[in-house]
Amino acid sequence: MARIPLAYNLRNLAARRVSTGLTALGIALVAWVFIFTLALAGGFQAALTTTGTPENAIIIRKGSTSELMSILSRDAAGAIESQGEIAKATDGTPLAASELMVVWNLPRKSGTTTNVVVRGVGPKSFVLRPQVKLVRGRMFRPGLDEIIVGKMVAERFQRCDVGDRLKLAGREWTVVGVFDSNGRAYDSEIWGDVELFMPVFDRPVYQSLTLRLAEPGYLAPLKKRLESDPRMDVEVDREDHFYAKQSGQLSTMLRVLGLFVTSIMSLGAIFGALNTMYAAVGTRTREIGTLRAIGFSHGAILTSFLIESVLLALLGGVLGCLLALPVRSFTTGTMSFATFSELAFRFQVTPGMLLAGLAFSAFMGLLGGFLPARKAATMPIVDSLRQA
Amino acid sequence: MKFLGYVLSHLWHSKRRTFLTVSSIAVALFLFCTLRTVMTSLDASLRASDETRLVVRHAASLVFPLPLAYKARLAQVPGVVNVSFGNWFGGYYQDPKNQFTQFAVEVPSVFDLYPEILLGPAEKEAFIRERTSCIAGEALVKKYGWKVGDVIPITGTIYPGSWPLTLRGIYRAATPDASEDAIFFHWDFLNESMPEGRKNLVGIYWLKVASPSDAPTVSAAVDQVYENSPVPTKTETEKAFQAGFIQMMGNVSTLLSILGSAIIFAILLVTVNTMMMAARERTTEIAVLKTLGFRDGLVLQLVAAEAMLLSLAGGIIGCGLAYLAFHRVNFTAGGMIPNFRVLPETLVLGILLAVAMGLLSGLVPAFSAARLPISSSLRKVA
Repeated sequence: MARIPLAYNLRNLAARRVSTGLTALGIALVAWVFIFTLALAGGFQAALTTTGTPENAIIIRKGSTSELMSILSRDAAGAIESQGEIAKATDGTPLAASELMVVWNLPRKSGTTTNVVVRGVGPKSFVLRPQVKLVRGRMFRPGLDEIIVGKMVAERFQRCDVGDRLKLAGREWTVVGVFDSNGRAYDSEIWGDVELFMPVFDRPVYQSLTLRLAEPGYLAPLKKRLESDPRMDVEVDREDHFYAKQSGQLSTMLRVLGLFVTSIMSLGAIFGALNTMYAAVGTRTREIGTLRAIGFSHGAILTSFLIESVLLALLGGVLGCLLALPVRSFTTGTMSFATFSELAFRFQVTPGMLLAGLAFSAFMGLLGGFLPARKAATMPIVDSLRQA
Repeated sequence: MKFLGYVLSHLWHSKRRTFLTVSSIAVALFLFCTLRTVMTSLDASLRASDETRLVVRHAASLVFPLPLAYKARLAQVPGVVNVSFGNWFGGYYQDPKNQFTQFAVEVPSVFDLYPEILLGPAEKEAFIRERTSCIAGEALVKKYGWKVGDVIPITGTIYPGSWPLTLRGIYRAATPDASEDAIFFHWDFLNESMPEGRKNLVGIYWLKVASPSDAPTVSAAVDQVYENSPVPTKTETEKAFQAGFIQMMGNVSTLLSILGSAIIFAILLVTVNTMMMAARERTTEIAVLKTLGFRDGLVLQLVAAEAMLLSLAGGIIGCGLAYLAFHRVNFTAGGMIPNFRVLPETLVLGILLAVAMGLLSGLVPAFSAARLPISSSLRKVA
């Protein structure tokens, strides 16, 4: 069976330049919105899911859904640090950090205010999180009124750059360094010395304890022993699971919103594609008759028109992907319900999302092209030839 | 107007195209109304707030409590008419996914501050009398199928443990923007169950002032009292407080606007394309009209009127569908957006947008039809 050459479709699309362009642009925008919403949800989720590591465990008070609601007494923290499952640092001390976490209302550069996580950390905190790297300035010195801030905090908040003085808990602190954890939630935090923070923030207790397991398999026995100890009243979780859980509700909601918007919007674009393809068939009635007369089958014509429609849609899809690439550089912040404070993150555009966008466009083309293509294929030869 | 029949018969002649175009415009307007309703629903708390209510919280952040002892002092600040207070409980019902607002409030003063909480006198009295009882909003009660007298176990995350609360009343909100998705219970019950060291701590105080013009002076006076204390306060109107919450959500509205504009623009392109195709197919006919003596201006109007009719029909259908879909359907997006309802201004805006789309999409084809040279177009006639 002879196939109608692809060049025929390409020339036809080129001949109706304006119409092709407008329809493709419409589909491009749908593909763009599709990728945009995926990139938003993906970015938020990635910020939280990459934050924890499977080698670490985090301990908070039983029943708290996040560090913010947790309380861990010094005694409990001390008892936990002496457990045998914890890996040892080079000097033989356990690799564990008891931390304080509060949220503080600070003005954004835009003038609006929001909460920021302020974390009191110890020397082990940095060993436990090798992803956190100082990119500017220097480390804070324990016992002094010095703090370091995450990259996103430095970018988004007033008076949060190296050398600035920031007021927290009635004291002025000097920002001495900026750290970068490569998109993790820590980038939206302010860090300082936990032993100084406790009296200054008037908090006699810790919020959480993070530790490195000597063996991954040690988590289960440690969890079992600590959680069944009534004096402790704690909950043990693998660090990556702990953060992944926090992303659940909001990223699901973002995805549902995105899916809802794009699926309805694609309906509109499919109607547009239908219109264009019907018009394409209508103006080419005589041509189709000729094609049939010189021996092309029903199937060949059906395929040819479907291919034309999918090509049109893919043109839009590619355009949509190109327009979506700059979205990668967008950063935005939203309230994380778990910490009741801002989590800033970068939109994430993955090759998978772009492919999904292309597939989605092709699908719109297929749906929009099918009926007109069938009409073209089933036209009676004589009638269509007779038409002027 | 006398050419309406002519325009209509054209639309009727190409039924399929008319249907497809109207549908795509309807889809766009439906989405516009939906996205705008998400935005206006997020702002519902602003519209529900009262200009004579002030909120006092810890200066650093809401998560820090204030001493109970502040109550007596706050009541003495000149201009303060009433004081009540409450703690955000932050628990869930049965499963952590079932999150909604729970407030431990001082009873009965909360009813003086919040007359929006509509409760039958018998129910109110039963609630006030019983320390372990609670009242719940009608929407919430419907969602979980509770009945008055049921014991509702709420699991605390800030306040650990399970808290069995007996439902003694179902309240309704006095205004449509106020939420009916909350549980209120006795602050005293919460406080007496707290261990030493966590007792007598208040999340926020609510103050009532006589008139909105008192708000700035009273706010400043309150904050001045505690300015140099270990627990400083921040006092603002309820509206400013709610606006702070919305600010914390980040630029959600900007993102939604970007999406909305992309949608409208995409459909505009589709419609322009359709109208151009429609005009192109009728080149000969337009030439005939002109030969018959129709002026360029009239031809322009005829083509533009067709675009306008299509757009308007699409707009009415789209906005109408949005209204029907969300009207009285208790859609809350998983509890995130209570009071999801389409505001009248959203519908008006939607129709205006449809009109604008009609104008824009008719413009190019209408002008090219008006400028069409008669002789060359007539030559096409077989």
